[in-house]
Amino acid sequence: MSASRVDGVLVTLIAGAAILWFAPAGMGRYGTYVLSLWLVTAVAVMGLNLTLGIAGLKSLAQAAFMGIGAYATALLTTKAGVGWFSAFAISGALCFAAGLLLGFPALRVKAHYLAFVTLAFSTLVWLVLRNEQWLTGGVFGISNIPRPVVFGVRTDNALPFHRFVVAVTLILALILWWLVRSPWGRAFLALRENPVRAASLGVNIRAYTLLAFAIGSAYAGFAGALYAPLVEFIDPSPFQLSASFFLLLMVVAGGSGYQLGPFVGALLGVVLPEWLRFTGGLYLIIFAAIVIGLLIACPQGVLGLIERGWTAIRRRPMVGNTPVKDAV
Amino acid sequence: MAEFLAYLIAGLATGAIYALAAIGFTLVWQTSQTINFAQGEFVMLPAILILAAVKLFGLPVWLAVIAGIAAFIALFGWGFKLVIVDPMIRHGVLPLAIATMALSIIMKEGAKDGFTAEAQRFPSLVPQETVSLLGISISLQHVAIIIVACLAIGALQWFVTQTKTGRQMQASAQNPNVALILGIPVAQMVMLTFLINAALAALASILISPIYLAKFSNGEVIGLFAFIAAIVGGFNQVRGALAGGLLVGVIDSLAAAYISTSYRLAVPLVLLVAIILVKPEGLFGRKEERGV
Repeated sequence: MSASRVDGVLVTLIAGAAILWFAPAGMGRYGTYVLSLWLVTAVAVMGLNLTLGIAGLKSLAQAAFMGIGAYATALLTTKAGVGWFSAFAISGALCFAAGLLLGFPALRVKAHYLAFVTLAFSTLVWLVLRNEQWLTGGVFGISNIPRPVVFGVRTDNALPFHRFVVAVTLILALILWWLVRSPWGRAFLALRENPVRAASLGVNIRAYTLLAFAIGSAYAGFAGALYAPLVEFIDPSPFQLSASFFLLLMVVAGGSGYQLGPFVGALLGVVLPEWLRFTGGLYLIIFAAIVIGLLIACPQGVLGLIERGWTAIRRRPMVGNTPVKDAV
Repeated sequence: MAEFLAYLIAGLATGAIYALAAIGFTLVWQTSQTINFAQGEFVMLPAILILAAVKLFGLPVWLAVIAGIAAFIALFGWGFKLVIVDPMIRHGVLPLAIATMALSIIMKEGAKDGFTAEAQRFPSLVPQETVSLLGISISLQHVAIIIVACLAIGALQWFVTQTKTGRQMQASAQNPNVALILGIPVAQMVMLTFLINAALAALASILISPIYLAKFSNGEVIGLFAFIAAIVGGFNQVRGALAGGLLVGVIDSLAAAYISTSYRLAVPLVLLVAIILVKPEGLFGRKEERGV
């Protein structure tokens, strides 16, 4: 946990944002869209990384929370005439509240009950999105979702909106980066590493696990608020249960618990399919098989693998090689 | 009243199938701490394999059923334990649970891309007729499902409690270390539970597919009901899983009939949350008990 490592994450985040700001030059509309989608997915994965990688909870409703955020933003901006920034805040707050309501009964019992409660919640959200036509448009969805106006600048075109997504993603990543370093974040870590010890040191386990889950869910709401104006048309299908599984696999693929893991995981989940177009529909199978292979060989994901390789090169013995300790 | 009884029987039939899936899920959880999130896909796939054997290899139906079940038990009983559970369990319960999610995606997409995305008719064991009994119209299929599932569960219960191998299996689940000292081949017993789980899933698949049609996406709903049944009944109880399955099936059937067809899935969810709030160890579970 040396100073250089702490700066490593921060420097990578800021340098990455700077590169991505200019990256879409010459990539065309679709290329720019894929880059933006990568970042939006990364925001949802970041939240889940807090829930799973740092608090050690399985949430199977991240895509459902993203759906809540996306529909809230879409409805508020198209029907209620609310500005995007307010809609963004409301989306996050809604998911935070839903996370608290859902997590409270589940976490009273055992951590893995949360998996089943969120599994059921996913199905319920999907049912509501599909059945309540008067509100959500049912399977026809909601179209013509406006893109935000930022300081008087319209972001209707792909490039300005991409830059807007880069800026919002950077801010959200920095907040999480700060959070994990704060006393709260330390408590999250303590709780994952050794809950009994954390409890004996006066950490209120239930409150902190609940909080980690709610914040993680709020990030899915933020991701949804970005997703709706990005695609400009939403229907219930991208928020199904399988999408939640997929987001969880991205957390693990990137490196559960690593701050930069979500970006790597979302890259594998969103950008790699574009390069693997030639495999047709087999992409999901390939991705899932890669994740199983990774879990067997190195449960710390791609970043864990890189770190392991790096340590081997420097011929340092691997001491206390849990991901968070090293990455934070 | 007649209508109510008809819904009740339909609910018991689907509930018996959920119970088969929930019992397999519980057995595997007990012996190896494997939370199998692919359990729904385990019930979806055997029917697809059987249809594939008929359509792609031109086997007669009876032979396809035998070949499909054998292939499924080999792949997802023996193979699942060997390729996914064994190498993963040393990393802990969480990576293994996530690996089963990856497996569920592979099974679902594999069934879609490797066979077909369309719902397929599946041959039924009994004629699809209804008989009238005391003014109640009863589907023969539902009755057959209840009888077959009850026979299977009864046989399993007899095996587990009355045979030597079954009791060795129980011992391995309750206390693997002591079982090992007593000379019980624990590893083989754990493997046996995986084979039983695959066999139960295959049976559930053959029973449910004539009603729901065979489709790659069937696993989601079946899996959800199996998990809810397992938790409602008590996470580590076979008789709990049985009761939970029947209860969830009946509630689902009655909810669809009397509340709302579009929200029938929501009712078991409410039940799940209520159970977790009021009696988290499940209706039949006891906290300290870990019997097979």
